[in-house]
Amino acid sequence: MPKRKDIKKILVIGSGPIIIGQACEFDYSGTQGCKALKEEGYEVVLVNSNPATIMTDPEFGDKTYIEPLTVDIVAAIIEKEKPDALLPTLGGQTSLNLTMDLDKKGILKKYGVRLIGANVEAIEKAEDRFAFKNAMDNIGLEMPRGGFAYNEKEAEELMEYVGFPAIIRPSYTLGGTGGNIAYNKEEFLLYARWGLENSPINEVLIEESIIGWKEFELEVMRDHSDNVVIVCSIENFDPMGVHTGDSITVAPALTLSNKEYQRLRSAAIKIIREIGVDTGGSNIQFAVNPANGRFVVIEMNPRVSRSSALASKATGFPIAKIAAKLAVGYSLDELKNDITQKTPACFEPTLDYCVVKIPRFTFEKFRGVPDVLSTQMKSVGEVMAIGRNFKEALQKGLRSTERGYDGWQTLISPDIEKARLVEKLRIPHSTRLFYLKAAFLKGFSLESIHKITGIDPWFLGNLNELVKMESALQERVRNQAVNIDSFPAEEFRMFKQSGFSDLQLADIFGIPESSLRQKRIDKGVLPVFKAVDTCAAEFEAFTPYFYSTYEEETEYIPSNKKKIVILGSGPNRIGQGIEFDYCCVHASMALREMGFETVMVNSNPETVSTDYDVSDNLFFEPITLEDVMNIIEEVSPEGVIVQFGGQTPLKLVNALQERGVPIMGTPPESIDTAEDREKFGTLIKKLGISQPPHGTGYSFEDVKSIASEIGYPVLVRPSYVLGGRSMEIVYDEESLKQYMKNTVLESPDHPVLIDKFLEDAIEIDVDAVSDGQTTVIGGVMQHIEEAGVHSGDSACSIPTISIEKPVLETMKKWTAMLAQHLSVQGLMNIQYALKEGNLYVLEVNPRASRTIPFVSKSIGVPMAKVASRIMAGKTLKEVGFTSTPHISYHCVKEVVLPFVKFPGCDTILGPEMRSTGEVMGVDKSFALAFAKSQMAANVSLPLEGTVFISVNDKDKESIDDIARAFARENFEILATWGTYKYLKRKNIPVKRVYKVNEGRPNVVDAMKNGDIQIVINTPLGKASQFDERAIRTTAVAYSLPCITTIPAARAAVEGISQMNEKPFVIKPLQEYHFYE
Amino acid sequence: MSQAILLLKDGTAFYGKPCGMRGEVAGEVVFNTGMMGYQEILTDPSYAGQLVTLTYPMIGNYGVSYLDNESRGVFCSGLIIREMHSTFGGHWKSQEELSDFLQKNKVVGIQGIDTRRLVRHIREHGSMPGIISHSDTDVKSLLARLESFPSMEERDLVSEVSTPAIYEYEETIDRDYVDFPVLEEKDKVPGIAVYDYGTKYCILQYLRTIARKVVVFPARTPLREVMKYHPSGVFLSNGPGDPSSIPYARQTVEQLLRDYPELPLFGICLGHQLLGLALGGKTYKLTFGHHGINQPIRNETTGKVEITSENHNYAVDFDSICHKAEKTHVNLNDGTLEGIRVKNRPVFSIQFHPEASTGPNDSNYLFFDFHSMIKGV
Repeated sequence: MPKRKDIKKILVIGSGPIIIGQACEFDYSGTQGCKALKEEGYEVVLVNSNPATIMTDPEFGDKTYIEPLTVDIVAAIIEKEKPDALLPTLGGQTSLNLTMDLDKKGILKKYGVRLIGANVEAIEKAEDRFAFKNAMDNIGLEMPRGGFAYNEKEAEELMEYVGFPAIIRPSYTLGGTGGNIAYNKEEFLLYARWGLENSPINEVLIEESIIGWKEFELEVMRDHSDNVVIVCSIENFDPMGVHTGDSITVAPALTLSNKEYQRLRSAAIKIIREIGVDTGGSNIQFAVNPANGRFVVIEMNPRVSRSSALASKATGFPIAKIAAKLAVGYSLDELKNDITQKTPACFEPTLDYCVVKIPRFTFEKFRGVPDVLSTQMKSVGEVMAIGRNFKEALQKGLRSTERGYDGWQTLISPDIEKARLVEKLRIPHSTRLFYLKAAFLKGFSLESIHKITGIDPWFLGNLNELVKMESALQERVRNQAVNIDSFPAEEFRMFKQSGFSDLQLADIFGIPESSLRQKRIDKGVLPVFKAVDTCAAEFEAFTPYFYSTYEEETEYIPSNKKKIVILGSGPNRIGQGIEFDYCCVHASMALREMGFETVMVNSNPETVSTDYDVSDNLFFEPITLEDVMNIIEEVSPEGVIVQFGGQTPLKLVNALQERGVPIMGTPPESIDTAEDREKFGTLIKKLGISQPPHGTGYSFEDVKSIASEIGYPVLVRPSYVLGGRSMEIVYDEESLKQYMKNTVLESPDHPVLIDKFLEDAIEIDVDAVSDGQTTVIGGVMQHIEEAGVHSGDSACSIPTISIEKPVLETMKKWTAMLAQHLSVQGLMNIQYALKEGNLYVLEVNPRASRTIPFVSKSIGVPMAKVASRIMAGKTLKEVGFTSTPHISYHCVKEVVLPFVKFPGCDTILGPEMRSTGEVMGVDKSFALAFAKSQMAANVSLPLEGTVFISVNDKDKESIDDIARAFARENFEILATWGTYKYLKRKNIPVKRVYKVNEGRPNVVDAMKNGDIQIVINTPLGKASQFDERAIRTTAVAYSLPCITTIPAARAAVEGISQMNEKPFVIKPLQEYHFYE
Repeated sequence: MSQAILLLKDGTAFYGKPCGMRGEVAGEVVFNTGMMGYQEILTDPSYAGQLVTLTYPMIGNYGVSYLDNESRGVFCSGLIIREMHSTFGGHWKSQEELSDFLQKNKVVGIQGIDTRRLVRHIREHGSMPGIISHSDTDVKSLLARLESFPSMEERDLVSEVSTPAIYEYEETIDRDYVDFPVLEEKDKVPGIAVYDYGTKYCILQYLRTIARKVVVFPARTPLREVMKYHPSGVFLSNGPGDPSSIPYARQTVEQLLRDYPELPLFGICLGHQLLGLALGGKTYKLTFGHHGINQPIRNETTGKVEITSENHNYAVDFDSICHKAEKTHVNLNDGTLEGIRVKNRPVFSIQFHPEASTGPNDSNYLFFDFHSMIKGV
């Protein structure tokens, strides 16, 4: 069937902010989808609240709405745009749920919007666990024993039937939110209650535990003509019990025989047919009993998913693109395989390599949360690595994670106490892999490790071979039986083929990495670059997508065009996410337009940058010195771009420069000056710019004397950190002592930075671009939260709200001075603080910042593209960016925090960044834009009801106006004793409510009963900590807006007031501004 | 450290390490792109005379289970892989490690070579004879031996793999692994005669699932011998080599078509090519054949695409038989003929492997079609 002519305009719903379980893989799929639809000549209307996405770049849609993903807003867009069809399967669970709501409310019917890609019945059948179970019964497929409960009593009955351990999963949630394993009755009831509360339909699935079974996923595609293909099989290294998003996974499946695999394949085809997914991709999960091969169906996602993004990158088959084309009527045999260009897309990719995905965790950010993996996803990012065998891919993957691993190194000493080691092996956690090594080194048998962990012996066997190889070589080196000179090339090659990094081998031989590398090159042990081609070389491949390995033949053929290497940002993590990938993609687009051949290097399968058609060549590789140098030596680029990928490429800058690699843009010396406290301090002084008093110390004594000199409170942190890791505001010497003890390794290599903390200061971020002569500010962002909250966790506004013109002028002047003296060529971000009319520079980063996408979307100028052209030799004048665009509307960025995934973690904002993503609200006033941003962050401001206010004494004076404003909007005010007394005195109508420990019903009861719609709670100090934690935790659980700062409270009430007066302006970006 | 060589007839050499039995072996070098199913490939008689390259780089992960053998032994001449793996005691069904299985079955192999380079070479230059040696790495002497090695066209490999004696086959397919309609004994057809040119057990299992009796005959059995069993249908099996190198088989099929026009006939792979020749058609050699489990085939009757398992170097030229047969299946990768039905006769044949093993089971309905054809419905 050719493409449909009865539809012209298609609405695509994105997935919103990056959260755990739903990350930039949906930008990847959405971007591919939008491109595919536009290519077919359809008019694309896109809505997504996340500005840091490529898909929301105006060129990827005809109408691009950066608006909150709520039923009302999307309904308004539908009313305005009248699309013929809605494609709901590209934007994750968010889009799917929203689509179901739109359908239930009759909006799709009212405006005659047809669903393409999936129908309501199919979505319901796949998503509703009860319906799904019935469907599986119909086709004779087994699921784990279990049933559904709608209340605690039913749950308890099922508990008897299912036994322990039992899995409890709430229905209709994202990323398995709320899925838990209970080993006893107490846990069971706790989790069941939690699950019932968290399921939007109060339904939990209680199931027999199949913990320890092998877990597999199949990526399936179907078209209108009922052709079905399996794109990829994925096997989990960690057996059932660990969420697949948190598990190390491999592709293709490695431990199934043909018969076993074909059985799962046939089942997957039956499932997609029975569920009735008409067109597009689905992900189906199976568990296989390792004892007898019995298999059960776990679940199905009737849409593109994290796994489909991984499968696309693992195979080269662009699932989202094909899904979009199938949705508009094509059949699989009518579409071409991009990579071979000759054969049809109706086939099953075959791999001749091994892919390993490794999740990236950030437990260190969430104190109080145990590092334990279970059925609720907790990882914030992932890496993928490709090798010719499992060992190579695993070790490459480990060094891609950027946790400082050189490979599968010995992180845990085999001297570890046996009982503790067994415990660490038994309970899955983020570093279990390293305990596995300790176990092998300690002499545990493969069989016993298998019994403890449930990990398939095949994987363990491979790991054991790595340990044996390494130990044997270590032994020989120790006995002086071999040294680097006598190490035979063939053996060297074997180690490289098993994925050992130069660093690991250098460590074994006790020589520097650079010498080892030279020896390796001298011995002719060189990597080759093989193509990912979907067909194991059966057909000629035209898509240049490569990985390195140690074989005989390289397939990369350099062209004679000028090449630029762009180093990506590696795995997503808190502090370094999609924003940097966004910049890398823009660099590639801009440089390709200028006629360069771009070479992308990255290890993150979720991203747009690792889509093979974003750059001329894609190298899916770890971003380490070794791997990057291998590529640079192969490619011989004109220049390398390091300023877009966050810390990942920056860490390599000096080493690259030492090796004569041409770094484009701002010279590495400037990056160093900006990051080195002393050098930077000197520069600032020279320029006559103010900076908060500060110092650097190497021991507690140092730090103490500096702190007392500059006066408390002080901000302390270890140097060279990203996203404010281990950053803290310290109010007295005692806390400083604690901090030094708990957080910092005292050593000359780990200096501690101390800054005067500017309490109550306003923070301002500036993103600018400079060509070395001229500097143009793109956006000045005023933070809503005051200084002390990490800039990455603070909401902010363009234009500024309350900054006086002279201050803005000073900022402009300082920015230009700093840019010039740091010889900035490209992007630069400066953080300023304004306290009592005085401006201070907090930090200068001569590189892309997290806010570049937000600024670009706000002002309508793609800053990263501008910067790329500058780096390639153009001037700002030549690219036509000469002054800060003035905008007549407001843009507010708000962040999204992952607390709901980390029960037990305190939710108060501080200097440590913990947000995973961001949203943007655009409207004609600041207040409305703020209100939209809150709505988009899924904490909609209420228009009426009750506000709970509890503020500290310092904030009491500021609360007057705010309370009065709430009263004007007919809000009832509830307050605890102190605030109650204060407001009463000010003649503001207020009712008292108990604190948690004062009796019942108390404030938390009121929140749970729906008697409070918004919470304003500024921290009262130690005495109230318990109360405040309970309040904030409840607010997170019930998605109530919980505001912890006065400025945010002010913004909120203004927003509420304006929302009550006038409607939102709902307008596509294309009408806000025009791109070049 | 290299102790093994693979030398192609054009002089291209690959150095690796031995695997399987020590020795030297020559054959036509082909590759299979399936990611699993090595045991089925090794025991598929169609690979007789060939050195099979497996493109998936890790082989042996789940061991060997005797139930998965596709014939009474291993018929491919040699095995070429990137890396031999052990199960580490891992797979519940495994009875033997692959490396031991190779030893036991006297398969000479080579491992540790850049198999992807080899595949790209064959893709460019076509499949060609090669020699694996563990004892001699001298290119000149190996080339000399390859020179005297008979080409595929000259060899009657079928006689080497076909059953030496008539036997009855009793196993049906294992429904734990395969979906297929369940037939009561009474609903099955009475009996099917199989011409064994190198059949796989899996085909016989399907046939036994639709017939009460399956009798397997050596390839050279005269037709009158077969007819003594009064089969309700005749099946022409898959098998190795060039169809034109076994004129006796073509003559048998010609005789069948001439003397038993009403007798239902079904052929797979070599069986399909023999039918093509018997209809007066031509066959030709493909550059490097189809060997894999992801070949997209369009069923021209339903318009649907089936993902299939294939293993052949020769194809039937449809134009040469278009007046006698309809095209029922076509390969979407290169448009080659994949299935025919003879006009006005209960006769059809398929180039690919509907029994899969190894590969997807999308097309096993064809066995049921044969059942319906015999039943006359």
